[in-house]
Amino acid sequence: MTSTTAPTGPRPEGPPSDKGTGRARPQRPVRELGVLLAVVLLVAGTWIQNPGFLSQQGVRDLFLGATVLSVLAVGQALVLITKNVDLSVGSVMGLSAFGTAALFAALPGIPVPLAMAAGIGIGALCGLANGLLVATVQVPALVVTLGTLYAYRGFGHWWADGGQINAHQMPEAFLALGGVSVLGVPLPAAVAAAVVVATGFYLARYRSGRELYAIGSDAHAARLSGISVGRRVVAAFAANGALAGLAGVLFTARYGTVDSTAGFGMELEVVAAAVVGGVAIAGGVGTVYGAALGAVLLTTITAALPIWQIDQFWHQAVVGALILSAIGLDRLLALRNARKLGGGTHGP
Amino acid sequence: MAPERTAPAPRPREEPAPRPGRVRSLLSARESPVVAALLVSLVFASFFLDMFATGRNMGFLLLSVAAIALMALPMTLIVITGEIDLSVASTLALSSATLGVLWEAGIPIETALLICLVLGAALGAFNGLLVTVFGLPSLAVTIGTMALYRGLAYVLLGDRAVASYPQDWVSGVRAPFLGIAGLPWIAVAILALAALFAVLLHATAIGRSLYDIGNNTEAARFTGVPVRRTEFWLFTLSGTVASGAGVFWTLQYGTSRADTAFGLELQVVAAVLLGGVSIFGGVGTVLGVMSGVLLLGTVRNALQLLGVSGDVLQIVTGLILIASVVGPNLVASLRRRIPVPTILRPPTHHGERP
Amino acid sequence: MTQQPPPAPPPLELVRVAKSFASVRALRDMSLELRSGEIHALVGENGAGKSTLVKTIAGVHRPDSGWIRADGVPVTFARPADAQRAGVAVIHQEPTLFPDLSVAENIFIGRQPRTRLRTIDRARMRRETEEVFNRLGVPLGPDHPARGLSIADQQLVEIAKALTRRARVLVMDEPTAALSGVEAERLFTVARTLRDQGVALLFISHRFDEVFALCDRITVVRDGSFVSCDPAADLDVDTVVRRMVGRGVDTLYPKQETEPGRVLLEVEGLTRGGVFDGIGFTVRAGEIVALAGLVGAGRSEVVRALFGVDRYDAGSVRVGGARLAQGDPKAAMAAGLALVPEDRREQGLVMEASIARNATSTRRGALSRLGLLTSRAEDEACRSWGERLSLKYRRLTDPVSTLSGGNQQKVVLAKWLATGPSVLFVDEPTRGIDVGTKAEVHRLLSGLAGEGLAVVMVSSELPEVLGMADRVLVMHEGRITAELDRDEADEESVMYAATGQPPREALR
Repeated sequence: MTSTTAPTGPRPEGPPSDKGTGRARPQRPVRELGVLLAVVLLVAGTWIQNPGFLSQQGVRDLFLGATVLSVLAVGQALVLITKNVDLSVGSVMGLSAFGTAALFAALPGIPVPLAMAAGIGIGALCGLANGLLVATVQVPALVVTLGTLYAYRGFGHWWADGGQINAHQMPEAFLALGGVSVLGVPLPAAVAAAVVVATGFYLARYRSGRELYAIGSDAHAARLSGISVGRRVVAAFAANGALAGLAGVLFTARYGTVDSTAGFGMELEVVAAAVVGGVAIAGGVGTVYGAALGAVLLTTITAALPIWQIDQFWHQAVVGALILSAIGLDRLLALRNARKLGGGTHGP
Repeated sequence: MAPERTAPAPRPREEPAPRPGRVRSLLSARESPVVAALLVSLVFASFFLDMFATGRNMGFLLLSVAAIALMALPMTLIVITGEIDLSVASTLALSSATLGVLWEAGIPIETALLICLVLGAALGAFNGLLVTVFGLPSLAVTIGTMALYRGLAYVLLGDRAVASYPQDWVSGVRAPFLGIAGLPWIAVAILALAALFAVLLHATAIGRSLYDIGNNTEAARFTGVPVRRTEFWLFTLSGTVASGAGVFWTLQYGTSRADTAFGLELQVVAAVLLGGVSIFGGVGTVLGVMSGVLLLGTVRNALQLLGVSGDVLQIVTGLILIASVVGPNLVASLRRRIPVPTILRPPTHHGERP
Repeated sequence: MTQQPPPAPPPLELVRVAKSFASVRALRDMSLELRSGEIHALVGENGAGKSTLVKTIAGVHRPDSGWIRADGVPVTFARPADAQRAGVAVIHQEPTLFPDLSVAENIFIGRQPRTRLRTIDRARMRRETEEVFNRLGVPLGPDHPARGLSIADQQLVEIAKALTRRARVLVMDEPTAALSGVEAERLFTVARTLRDQGVALLFISHRFDEVFALCDRITVVRDGSFVSCDPAADLDVDTVVRRMVGRGVDTLYPKQETEPGRVLLEVEGLTRGGVFDGIGFTVRAGEIVALAGLVGAGRSEVVRALFGVDRYDAGSVRVGGARLAQGDPKAAMAAGLALVPEDRREQGLVMEASIARNATSTRRGALSRLGLLTSRAEDEACRSWGERLSLKYRRLTDPVSTLSGGNQQKVVLAKWLATGPSVLFVDEPTRGIDVGTKAEVHRLLSGLAGEGLAVVMVSSELPEVLGMADRVLVMHEGRITAELDRDEADEESVMYAATGQPPREALR
């Protein structure tokens, strides 16, 4: 019963204003389409600049380049949507990549799917540990995953002991995965696309998926609505870990040679991809399609810079500028919407 | 049905017992575990490692944590107000790269240093502008500027390194203080700076208002604290100090590279949190943070002397960080479960609000 | 309207319910019977226990004694889910929707209709949402995002949620406080439709025109107790107001007679779009001026704007003749203004900080020596104020959250009185504090006015307003609707002006 929060005052006695009632504005994936448009424009422009950009090999490289980052971005989006963050994904991916390779090296006869499942399992375990720490001990995700960023990476280094595992220690069948194509799309990229679509479908069509948005939107209200917030958050972290594990497996398959530094420093690029794709750090907003498109955009920029005769060293600055414009744009749109809908502008 | 009219006469309260409070608050403070851990690790390392307590090793240890210690000071203030600055390591790198480019262009090093500091202030002010004027979350903003500033460093230097710094400057930053072996003057300078920050935070009106902002921004506003202006200047300060750390780092290693100090921001944040500063804001001390920085440095140094590989160091760093946050939370939740003896409870309340 | 009581037992019934918080008895002896197909009004002053009653029905609070019966069977609501299961739905004044989800998802969150593959049946969810919106006459699409909906629409979404849960008892806690006339009318249409469909409704409002136009039966509460329950047709506004107030101004209010001095505060044409409009008044030294009105009338917003916490669009503020810059609390403090805000815990105090730090937070500059501020200086300054206000505490270093509500309020008062203000704004100075401390606060304010301080008091408690004020400004929907001198002001004149009723003979 506070009198400060309710926007009241002179009552308009005229005809009803269109405060959100008259014209319904359904949620459309405008944000995702914007990123898609940017990707298309960038690809088209680069192609005009140099048709070699879209040669068979060029497309292949583009696909493969985006694979790992988009899988990671999808996982990160799951966590960000619940208003958490996972900074340990780079380390988890590195651990899985090395773990998968080490398994092949240690047990030469091991079936390929089993080793891959093990790699994903390592990631899932790491994610589960993050989630449990966040949900049960109530430690902020930023702190927990900053800690596990070091711990997982350190564990990986300790395991690898400075060594690396080379392609010849891994079965041909596994390494060939990187070269196989499905309908002209490299298999890893196809896997990534399947992951994006499946996760997107899950988030949109399952109760538990929608509940992730509810939690990020207002955790207190979610609890009042009977949503088991803790369990969902743990699940989101575990899924993110599993996807980071998958990214590690894909990384190993593609490069063939891994040491324990795989994915070093990757966490921030992953968060960047998700944010550029419209997933809000403040939770509750965004789709995995957007996150994946953000990853594609970042990789495409990397690939396009040399063609535009721009020094590759501009890459990171461009990424930074892109993140800032993305959050600035989101903020601007939010403010404009708030103003258009009237009210809600109280307080700071 | 009539309202009670009899106002109970206010009981005069006996004067509170004279200050066992100070000792108690020292013991129960959040940073005391870190301080204790630091002391224990110093004692252990000195006893069991012959190499540890030598002047050479001490100097090495102090130099290795100097940049982190520097950046941790303004970071402490920022985290206490409930914000964060992840761009410090990139600011350091950009400042270092700028120094390199200016030096190569033949600008006197003194002038170049000054330009770097001004640049750092501008980079910090840009963060502050985005956070306070545009109202963007500092976490997202500084992830963005972390990439941007690092990127600009690459733009300036590419993968080149500038290493032609004048030898007297390079050896100058590592010089011992008053000839005392194992005590670099930079360590003394940082100590003095830390004392300054401690005074600012713990014994001035501004310092008090930082805690208020972190604990309850709304109440701070109602008390006349200029919240946005304060936060703007904190980010500016952070940028300035980070570029100072960049200058120091450059001269310490005698080289400028764009990828320098990559990932150092996380170590700075880790040290600050380890030192007992709450990520939610409102809690923390300079003493705790400096102990956190030194604890991380000591453990790392000792393990290195033991021949433990860098990998275990990272595991230990991560685990210490997690333990430092999980610990207090666990203790708090245990306390909630165990009933407090009546005698320790605060006085009975009248009219607690429902 | 049905005059015969229905033969079936009422869907929800409260019998002699009592509930206390620490030493405050929010409900003493409360009985209420909600019948199917009837809109029941609950009226009472602020602080009469209405909110506690609603929370008890919603399963947030458990009564200390008394029973709740559903369909004649005693039930226990241990948590909100229990109440929901019993068919009770509560529409709060400010609903809590998920802003990022569509309205359809908000209605069905956690219980969306599913296909055989366990995916959400979006078509069905949309259809059912459309159906319930049609039933309610809401022109919203199911895919509309909840973000940016007006409070009126959010309430309708909450009602839709209640309906899809097949709620049989619908409680609306001051639903019209934030609605425009047209929006309120739409809500009433919905309420009548539901009544005709057999739902039992409880409607809480301060607006008598609404209560009499909408409700079939009116229960009056006072001081946490049941006063009366009669068919609306048998009552009139005067009777209800008399029963609500039900007592004279008593010695809780030791108002000293003072001679007003020179004008200290002049406000002219103060306007903030949609919040308050054309506010103008003056306050003299030694005067206590009350800003009375209903919750949501814009009183707190006015004092916040005067103090510089919020901005205003037009108007001017003069303190002691000098124009005060807007939006700058520091400047306001320097000019001699002080604000004891409405929400002690969120705005008045930093709950985690110590008593001493809170009490001295307004004059840290003055307590510093050579720029240095020591705990000792803070403690000393705080201790002297603690004695003056007979503050009860263990140690000055304890967090202020360990104090009782009344003592917390004393810390806020100390914090502001220490600045030596010439104009003091107090917003709900005695909300949620015990009777004894209340009297102390009143004595203090009266004494301060006697010493020449100008006091502007926002209060929703009529006895406090009438007992303390030299002049009463009554606000209604962002405007000042009446200015009453001490001898003109009584319960009825203030209540009429506050509810926007046409002024009667005594009013200007």
